[in-house]
Amino acid sequence: MLQQLLQRFRARLVEHIDGPLLAIALVLMGFGLATIYSATYDVSNRAFSQMLNMMVGLAVMWGVAQLPPQKLMRFAVPLYVVGVVLLVMVFLVGVKVNGARRWLPLGFMRIQPSEILKIAMPLMLAWYFHKYEAALKFRHYVIAGLLLIVPFGLIAKQPDLGTAILVGAAGFYVIFFAGLSWKAIIGMVAVAASAAPFVWTMLHDYQRKRILTLVDPTTDPLGSGYHIIQSTIAIGSGGGFGKGWLEGTQTHLEFIPERHTDFIFAVFSEERGLLGNSILVFLYLMLIARGLMITANASTLFARVLGGSITLSFFTYAFVNMGMVSGILPVVGVPLPFMSYGGTALVTLFLGLGILMSIHSHRMLVKK
Amino acid sequence: MRLRYSQLNTQDSELDRFRFRIAFAASIVVLAFALLIGRFVYLQIIRHDYYTTRAEDNRISLVPITPNRGVILDRNGTVLARNYTAFTLEITPSKIENLDETIDSLGKLIEILPKDRRRFRKLLEESKSFESLPIRTRLSDEEVARFAAHRYLFPGIEVKARLFRQYPLGSVAAHALGYINRINSTDLETIEKNEQEANYKGTDHIGKTGLEQKYEFQLHGETGYEEVEIDAGGRAVRNLSRTAPVSGNNLTLTLDARLQEITEKAFGDRRGALVAIEPSTGGILALVSTPSFDPNLFVDGIRSEDWDQLNNSPDRPMINRALNGAYPPGSTFKPFMALAALELGKRTPGQAISDPGFFTFGGHTFRDDKKGGHGLVDMYKSIVVSCDTYYYILANDMGIDNISRFMGQLGLGMKTGVDIEGESEGVLPSQEWKKRRFKRPEQQKWFAGETISIGIGQGYNAYTPIQLAQAMAALANNGVIFRPHLVRYITNSKTGEKTLIEREPLRTLPWKPQNIEFIKKAMVGVNKEGTGARAFAGAEYESGGKTGTAQVFSLKGAEYKASKLKQELRDHALFIAFAPADQPRIALAVLVENGGFGAQSAAPIARMVIDYYLLGKLPKGPAKDDETPEEEE
Repeated sequence: MLQQLLQRFRARLVEHIDGPLLAIALVLMGFGLATIYSATYDVSNRAFSQMLNMMVGLAVMWGVAQLPPQKLMRFAVPLYVVGVVLLVMVFLVGVKVNGARRWLPLGFMRIQPSEILKIAMPLMLAWYFHKYEAALKFRHYVIAGLLLIVPFGLIAKQPDLGTAILVGAAGFYVIFFAGLSWKAIIGMVAVAASAAPFVWTMLHDYQRKRILTLVDPTTDPLGSGYHIIQSTIAIGSGGGFGKGWLEGTQTHLEFIPERHTDFIFAVFSEERGLLGNSILVFLYLMLIARGLMITANASTLFARVLGGSITLSFFTYAFVNMGMVSGILPVVGVPLPFMSYGGTALVTLFLGLGILMSIHSHRMLVKK
Repeated sequence: MRLRYSQLNTQDSELDRFRFRIAFAASIVVLAFALLIGRFVYLQIIRHDYYTTRAEDNRISLVPITPNRGVILDRNGTVLARNYTAFTLEITPSKIENLDETIDSLGKLIEILPKDRRRFRKLLEESKSFESLPIRTRLSDEEVARFAAHRYLFPGIEVKARLFRQYPLGSVAAHALGYINRINSTDLETIEKNEQEANYKGTDHIGKTGLEQKYEFQLHGETGYEEVEIDAGGRAVRNLSRTAPVSGNNLTLTLDARLQEITEKAFGDRRGALVAIEPSTGGILALVSTPSFDPNLFVDGIRSEDWDQLNNSPDRPMINRALNGAYPPGSTFKPFMALAALELGKRTPGQAISDPGFFTFGGHTFRDDKKGGHGLVDMYKSIVVSCDTYYYILANDMGIDNISRFMGQLGLGMKTGVDIEGESEGVLPSQEWKKRRFKRPEQQKWFAGETISIGIGQGYNAYTPIQLAQAMAALANNGVIFRPHLVRYITNSKTGEKTLIEREPLRTLPWKPQNIEFIKKAMVGVNKEGTGARAFAGAEYESGGKTGTAQVFSLKGAEYKASKLKQELRDHALFIAFAPADQPRIALAVLVENGGFGAQSAAPIARMVIDYYLLGKLPKGPAKDDETPEEEE
């Protein structure tokens, strides 16, 4: 009787959970915890609190996985509207930290509304395209573009280029998967390229500096080039097999900045070497492959474009982060998915995983 | 594909297009990850060695350990320069925001005098801001303890144990020893030229003058290193390895510190110089230039008051008169003139002249000191009584070319090569010298009349005391000339091995022994029955000497009365001597600036020096001027 009950409970627990996605995420999390431990144990250990974040994330993932995509659709408009309103409030009354206005004080806590848009943006656009699925015209793409531009602009203005890029990319993926014609895409790329010099003049000084630093980090070795120089030294000195766990000198002598958050990859890379990096990249590739597989088999346009966007967002996070830490992309504040320390980002990632699982486990129901 | 399309409904073609886009996205992902892997291979495999070095450079800092500077000992082992450890309070300016405020609050804890601040300011201007600079030196134990208790209040300030140079005898032999002081840009060039940059990483003092300068690279030693692991903030985390420094080599001098001290005292407050040489080796027994200075003043940065005082004193204590003062030799030139005459066959000892008290040449009258002359004068008498007329005539007979060639062989008018930098050449007059010296053609010509006063050591003649001492030593040593030197041997601090400094003679002059004997005999006569007899009365040994007086002020034929002239315009007194006469162990040249007659002030100093060196007799006080000068020169 009890056994039966347990069995039923277990079945209920795993019913909507996708094994491969969860397994990959857990392995990544394991790497992440070990690396966070290495990066922080001699100062103030963050591995335990990251484990708590992980619990919350898993719970969120489980909860979201239970909801069928149709129910998710209902959140699209309110979440988007709330997100944008909060962004406007940040713009008006936000708290400035380190020269950037990103936080909104709520009395007992501060929240970062741009984080909401990471999910709200693809959700909103997916809902929008789903609504007009039958007769998609060019103007729908234009309206989708506007829905994208407004929060993107608000976030970029904070300034938080990293999050703006992530939110913008998530929205763009939706538009891409919704079938925007190649001509339009190429046209947009051309427009973007020709607008680059204009955008350059609009960038903040520190943003421009970061891009210049990328071209030649040695121009400012003690200023903005310092991060890149130290992280490439960490990666390069890691060699083929790394210096060993807890043995990274760049890490433990504090040459790597932000070593348990945005630059955690430098720590991992120094201690695990090329072998570790390859395994990590392979894991991300598997995560993305599984996501794209789920997406390809999704039954509705909403599920397809949303799943595609979330999956490619994982890619964007991973690629931008590793690219910036290894010095081929400018330094923008993007965490490494499932590795970097930080509750909000982790919860957002698990939310994405939950949506993918929901899409996967509910596809038959829809078909039927 | 096209065939199938037509058969499918729009939704399926929609799905196909979507799946194509998925595949497209997947290939972008693969490409991007391949790019990343490529980057990792580049960083971690291809440039691995480079980045490993960078990481090591990051974390490992080499902290130099300054070696002990070699000590300097006199010939008997008396310490002339040594090191001692003292605590200094040092500030690293780059780590401090408001220097003045910090120094003010530091001053409440530890006494900081205005002169300390001034010195610190001066150092600050000369240094890079990340160097740590002393604000206070020689802290007492109590001060060290007081600072240690409040250390946390002063980041960027620390107590350091540093080695200081000390010259225990103070001003004794200061001109020979020289001094050390902080390294400046000129010194840095010297260090670079000698490829010693790495070895001077932790060193902030360097020999500036004297032996400290000349033997800098012997005395310095090899800098040791400590490999320290540092974190990004520059804090030392742990020591990795240590390479011990090797102390500098020790110098043992030919100098006799006691003799040096007695000699300096013998000068009293008179300005002058004395160089005493061991004739058989060229080793310098005493090298005196008075007034002297205290080299200890320079060791941790001289205070500007002290520097001004030393620099502005009319007595010019910073000038090493023994090496850099060029004086006419006066009558001390005569024995060498006489030797030249014998060697060149221009005179025989027995040839005599009748001295009327003057010599006329080309309408100009050259006077002897003694009115009415010395009567019949042969070579022996010419030296003993210092007859000018004899040498006027001799110089005229020999000609300037012969004189300058002979004196040049003796080393007069050229650097002796003593082991101290910056020696002067002096002036050995010759036709070529005059051509070089003057620009206008009418001045370049040598006039025969100019040769006359050269014969008595006046005219263009100008030699340093060390050149005169070397010439005296050469004569005492029968024509074998050594390079005068202060360092007898260098002791390698690691192996204990002693390296003797050259004992090979520079050259041997081919003088006939009987000529040398004759001149020596005449010089012995000077001290027995001539111008030096009073100074050497009652000596327990036989010695040779020659007095000299160098004109500072041309009297234009007027009679010289010392008491009527200002002190600075009075003649310089000179004396050269050797003793004992048969086996000379010491040869010396003394100069007393504005001392008047050589017999009056210079010879008594020589007597004291020789008395002490040969007999160990201690003088009772400074040499006294002989109050009743006899007529001479």
